[in-house]
Amino acid sequence: MTISSQIRSNIAKTYVLMSVFVGLVIAIGYVLGYALGYGSDFVWIATLFAVISSFSSYWWGDKMVLAMSKARPADRKKDFDFFTVAENLSIAAGIPKPSLYVIDDTAMNAFATGRDPEHAVVCATTGLLDQLERRELEGVIAHELSHIKNYDTRLLAVISVLAGTVVFLSDMFMRNLWWGGRRSSRDNDNNSGGIILVIGIVLAILTPVFATLMQLALSRRREFLADASGADLTRYPEGLARALTKLTKDKEVLEAATNATAHLYITNPFKGKAYGAWFANMFNTHPPIEERIKRLRAM
Amino acid sequence: MNPIYLGGGAVALFVVYVWSLYNGLIRESTEIDEAWGQIQVQLKRRADLIPNLVETVKGYAKHEKGVFTDVTKARTAVMNAESPVEAAKADNMLTGALKSLFAVAEAYPKLEANASFMQLQKELSDTEDKVAYSRQYYNAQLLEYNLKVKTFPNNLFVGAFGFTSREFFKAGEQEQNKVDVKFS
Repeated sequence: MTISSQIRSNIAKTYVLMSVFVGLVIAIGYVLGYALGYGSDFVWIATLFAVISSFSSYWWGDKMVLAMSKARPADRKKDFDFFTVAENLSIAAGIPKPSLYVIDDTAMNAFATGRDPEHAVVCATTGLLDQLERRELEGVIAHELSHIKNYDTRLLAVISVLAGTVVFLSDMFMRNLWWGGRRSSRDNDNNSGGIILVIGIVLAILTPVFATLMQLALSRRREFLADASGADLTRYPEGLARALTKLTKDKEVLEAATNATAHLYITNPFKGKAYGAWFANMFNTHPPIEERIKRLRAM
Repeated sequence: MNPIYLGGGAVALFVVYVWSLYNGLIRESTEIDEAWGQIQVQLKRRADLIPNLVETVKGYAKHEKGVFTDVTKARTAVMNAESPVEAAKADNMLTGALKSLFAVAEAYPKLEANASFMQLQKELSDTEDKVAYSRQYYNAQLLEYNLKVKTFPNNLFVGAFGFTSREFFKAGEQEQNKVDVKFS
């Protein structure tokens, strides 16, 4: 696939995802509502919830993330390399310069967000800015700008809020079942109610797992693509490869990162141990760094 | 099938093809003009830094006259360049002249430690990056456009609209090794 067809498919995917999600939540709400004996009230609440979270993630995703990470705007004088490198690579990518922010944290990391290149944000930690040389920083920023240019930021911002909502809804259902379960058994004391209840429980357990796995799988694929198109911008894959090597050595955990924002960063901010088991990879937001470095060096 | 429908369909297809070809070429050549404007902005920015730099170096190394004339001459050439081809040539000349200027500066430790000299050096190398990146963007846009103009069957029609292939901004040495991008 070429870059422009990747971009088109990303944009299309976002809209498909948003509508599938809203439909899914309505369906789940319907089943769960009947299982719990609330009837259609639950469907309306779930729908409202889905629509609101879908749209707010689209419009205010970038601001929410920035507020969560306690970032300050970057300054040309103080953060000369960060500022100018972002400026230069935006020229190369043919997109407007994103707003730049700095997180005061000695852990090395960076992320990008925003629904399109006109509303994009790139954020880096002071640890990253201090410890990387200019060419290495270029590699990292090019990777982030590629996320923006390829519309990964939109896709991932939307999908993470949506996955979060599914998790939240099923959590709500399980709680309700625990505390209000008696009421439903009194109201529909027949076989079909029991079956729906079982389906409801199975759904409540499985959907969040699937939603999360899907989000993570998508996030990992995007990382390889951003590495490749970032290297195309700088024409120097070694810069990012060296930066990633430095990042692996950094064992510090980024305090500003949460589960909701982890997938945005250039490397996993939690510094999970190197798992041996194959299934552990399924729960990672990022592909193994060694694999990324290997691919960069092969370019 | 009715031959009238068949003929009508073929004509409609042809109209859609020519329409999208024309609009695509217009959009791409506008983007190229914009990219060229960006290069000019960055070249001017670079040229604006040079008088200051020359003055600073002169303060420490007055007798290195040859280098100063070379730099000033190359700067004027960049400022007066009209076409991408001319600008690229003048820009490469200026890069060479600046190289020898910095080589001269190395012989003066006091100059190398001068704060405003260091700041100028930083700004200059950043501007050089900016020139390189805007050139890279320009050439990438141009490649797409030229490919469209030259390939069959587009090449049969573009002449009628007045589109011709355009000249690349010739790369300096950094850009010769292009990266192979692979998608999996």
